Amino acid sequence: MESVLQYVLYLLILVALAIPLGRYISKVMNGEKVVLSRVLAPCERGIYKVLHIDEKEDMSWKKYAGSVIAFSAISLVILTAILMLQKFLPWNPEGIGGMSWHLAFNTSSSFVTNTNWQAYSGESALSYFSQAMGLTVQNFVTPAVGICVLYALIRGFLHLKHKGIGNFWQDMTRSLLYVLIPLSMIVTVLLVSQGVLQNLSGYQTVDLVEPITTEDGTVVTQQVIPMGPQASQVAIKQLGTNGGGYNGVNSASPLENPTPFSNLIEMISLLLIPAALCFSFGRSIKDKKQGRAVFLAMFILLVVSLGIVAYSEQAATPQMSQDGMVDLSTVDQAGGNMEGKETRFGIATSATWAVFTTAASNGSVNSMHDSYTPMGGMIPMLLMQLGEVVFGGVGCGLYGMLGFAILTVFIAGLMVGRTPEYLGKKIEPREMKMAVLVCLATPIGILVGSGIAAALPATADSLNNGGAHGFSELLYAYSSAGGNNGSAFAGFNANTPFLNVSIGLVMLFVRFTPILAILAIAGSMARKNKVAVSAGTLSTTNGMFVFLLIFVVLLIGALSFFPALSLGPIAEQLQSLGL
Amino acid sequence: MKGTGRVIRSAGLFFLAMTLVCGLLYTLASTGIAQLFFKDKANGSVIEVGGKTYGSALLGQQFEDDSHMWGRIMKIDTGTFTDEEGNPVMWAAPSNLTPASEEYAELIRERVEKLRASNPEQGEQAVPVDLVTVSGSGLDPHISPAAAEYQVARIAANTDYSEDEIRRIIDRYTEGRFLGIFGEPRVNVLKVNLALDGILQEE
Repeated sequence: MESVLQYVLYLLILVALAIPLGRYISKVMNGEKVVLSRVLAPCERGIYKVLHIDEKEDMSWKKYAGSVIAFSAISLVILTAILMLQKFLPWNPEGIGGMSWHLAFNTSSSFVTNTNWQAYSGESALSYFSQAMGLTVQNFVTPAVGICVLYALIRGFLHLKHKGIGNFWQDMTRSLLYVLIPLSMIVTVLLVSQGVLQNLSGYQTVDLVEPITTEDGTVVTQQVIPMGPQASQVAIKQLGTNGGGYNGVNSASPLENPTPFSNLIEMISLLLIPAALCFSFGRSIKDKKQGRAVFLAMFILLVVSLGIVAYSEQAATPQMSQDGMVDLSTVDQAGGNMEGKETRFGIATSATWAVFTTAASNGSVNSMHDSYTPMGGMIPMLLMQLGEVVFGGVGCGLYGMLGFAILTVFIAGLMVGRTPEYLGKKIEPREMKMAVLVCLATPIGILVGSGIAAALPATADSLNNGGAHGFSELLYAYSSAGGNNGSAFAGFNANTPFLNVSIGLVMLFVRFTPILAILAIAGSMARKNKVAVSAGTLSTTNGMFVFLLIFVVLLIGALSFFPALSLGPIAEQLQSLGL
Repeated sequence: MKGTGRVIRSAGLFFLAMTLVCGLLYTLASTGIAQLFFKDKANGSVIEVGGKTYGSALLGQQFEDDSHMWGRIMKIDTGTFTDEEGNPVMWAAPSNLTPASEEYAELIRERVEKLRASNPEQGEQAVPVDLVTVSGSGLDPHISPAAAEYQVARIAANTDYSEDEIRRIIDRYTEGRFLGIFGEPRVNVLKVNLALDGILQEE
C-alpha cells in the first residue's frame, strides 16, 4: 500500500509544481514582468549591450534557424576540442587524458543535442574542466534552445500576416537567466544539503574495513571517493532533461543521489519543465484549454506506462524467485526485482524514475534499466521510440507533440472531408510535409541505425547479455539516441569507432531535422491569416481530440517498432516464462 | 553573405558569454555556497574517528567475515583507479545482467547456497532479495531491514554480542522513509560493522 501512495504523490507533486511554473515561464517568454525582473532585467539588458544584440530585431524563420544552427555548430566544435585536449587544460587534478576523436565526437554530439548518451564513465574519463566548462554549459543551453524553438512555433500560430517569429538571442537569454539558472541554483543547494558532493579537490582514498584480495593475489586496502563539482552539474542535468551523469552509474550513485529526499528533488526536476511548458503553451496561445488537452494526452500515456513498469518490477522473474528460495515479498524490504536497484529507492522510486526519465528525454537513471524484467525494460524503450513526446525534452517534447497534433487534425480532417486547421490556422501541404518529418525523424533514425549495426558482425562484441536480451541492448542504444534520451542498457559497450560515429550521427539527425521542420512550420504559419471558427471546425480541446492524439502517437510507434520489439523484449519475456 | 558573418559572430560571442556564466560563475558560486554551509557533506561524508578514515557513509564496502554484516553483492573493480603510488584501489560496478536468463538463475542459486551455508541458523528460510542481487550503483551502502535481520543470529554466534544488542546497533543505523512516505527503510552496513568493531560508539 505504501508504494501506491508513493506513485500517486510523485504524480501529484509534479502537477502541483508544473502549473505555477508554467505560468511563470509563459510570462518570462512573453516579456511580461515577473518576480525576478527587478534583479534580472538589468542583467538581461547588460548581456544585450555587451554582446551587441539588437533585441528588437524580429527574425524570419530562416534567420532564426540559422542562428540555432550556427550556435549549435560552434558548441559542437569547441566541445569536441575541449574533450580531446583536456589533458592540457586546467582543473584536472587526476591528470585524466584526452578522449579519442570518435568518443569526443560522440560525446559532443550527445551533449549538443540534449541527449547525454555517454559511452564513457565521467569519474574516470573527464576532468573537472570538461565537466563544468564543457558539459554543464551545454546542459544549460540545449534546453534553452528547446524553449526557444517552442516559442518560435507559438508565435507562428499567434502572428497574423507577419514575417518574424521572434529573436533567438533574446529567447535564449530569457530562458537561461529567468528559468534555468535560478532553478538550478535552488536544486544545487538542496542536493548538497543531502550529501551530494560539490568541491574542486582531488579524489580521496579511504581505508577499507576488510581488505580485498584480488584473483592475482594483490591485496587492496583502500577505496576511492571520486570528488568534483557534482551537485551543480546534477541539478541542471535533471532540470534541462539532459541526463548525463557526473558518475558512470548516474543518479544510482550514492554520491549523486544519496537519500530519498535528494531523489525526490531530482526526479521531480527531470519532468518539471516539460510538464510546465504545456501550461505555458496554453497561456501564451491565449487558450488554456489547448495546453490542458496536450498535457492530458501526455499524462495518460505516462500513467499507463508507470502502471506496467511498476507491476512488472514488483513481480520480478521466475529466474530470480527460484521457487520461493529468494524472498521477494514486501515485508521489511522493497522486494521484487532488486537487481540493479538501490536499497534506498526500492521498486516504487526506481520504477517511477525509469518511466519519468524515458517519458521526458532526460535519460538519467537511478537504477540499471539493463537489469529490468523484459516487460519493465520494454516500456522505457517504447517511450523513447514514440519520439519523446510524452512530455519529452524541454521544449522539444512539446513541439514534437504539436507535430503529432497537426498530423492528428489532418487525419481527422480526412475522415470528415474538411480542410484541417489547428489553433485557428489552416494546415496546408507544406506544413503537413514538415509535420511528417517531425514525426518520422525518430523512427527513421532508430531503425536505420540499429538495422545497420545489427548487420555488422563486430557489434556482437559490444553486448553484455546473450540472446534476445542482447538484441534489446542494441535496440535500446539506438532508441535512446533516436529519442535524444541518453539512457542505456548500460552493459552495452558503445565505445567503438563505428558505434560512436553512427550513434553520434543519429543524435544530430533527430535533433536538428525536427528543429528545422518546426521553424519552417512557424514561418509559414506566421504569414497566414486566422480562419474563422465554424460549426465544422474540429475541436482540439475535448476528450475526443485527446483520444485521437494518443491513438496517432501509438499507431506510428506500434507500426514502426512492433517487429523490432518482438525480436527483443517480447521474445525474452516468452522465454523467461518458459513458453 | 554579410548576414551570415554577423550570425556566426553573435553565436560565437553568446557561446563565450554562456561558458563564463553557466560554466565558470555558476560552478564557482555553487562550490562556494556548498563549502561554506555544508563542508562535511560537500566533501564525501567521510567517516573519520581519531584521525583515521574508515570509508564514506555513502559508499558500500565488501564484507565477507562471519562477524560482520554483509551488504549487497558487489562486482569489485580494481582496474580503474590507483592511489598516488600506483597501487590499485577499490571501485565497483553494477552487473547489468538480465534477471530473466538461465545464466542468471544459476547465479542466484549459487548465492542462495552460499548464504544458507553461512547462516545455518536460518535453515530453509527464504533469503531476502537484497542479499543475492547487485545494486544499481554497485556501491549501495545499504540493505533492507529484512536482509539485516536475516544475519543477526550468525553475527551473534561469531561475536560477543547478544542478538538483542546487535538489533539495537542495527536500529541505530536504520533510516526510515522520507516523511514516512518516500523511498525505503534501509540499514547502513558500514556503520553497523564499525559499531560491531567498537569503532563507532553510541553518541
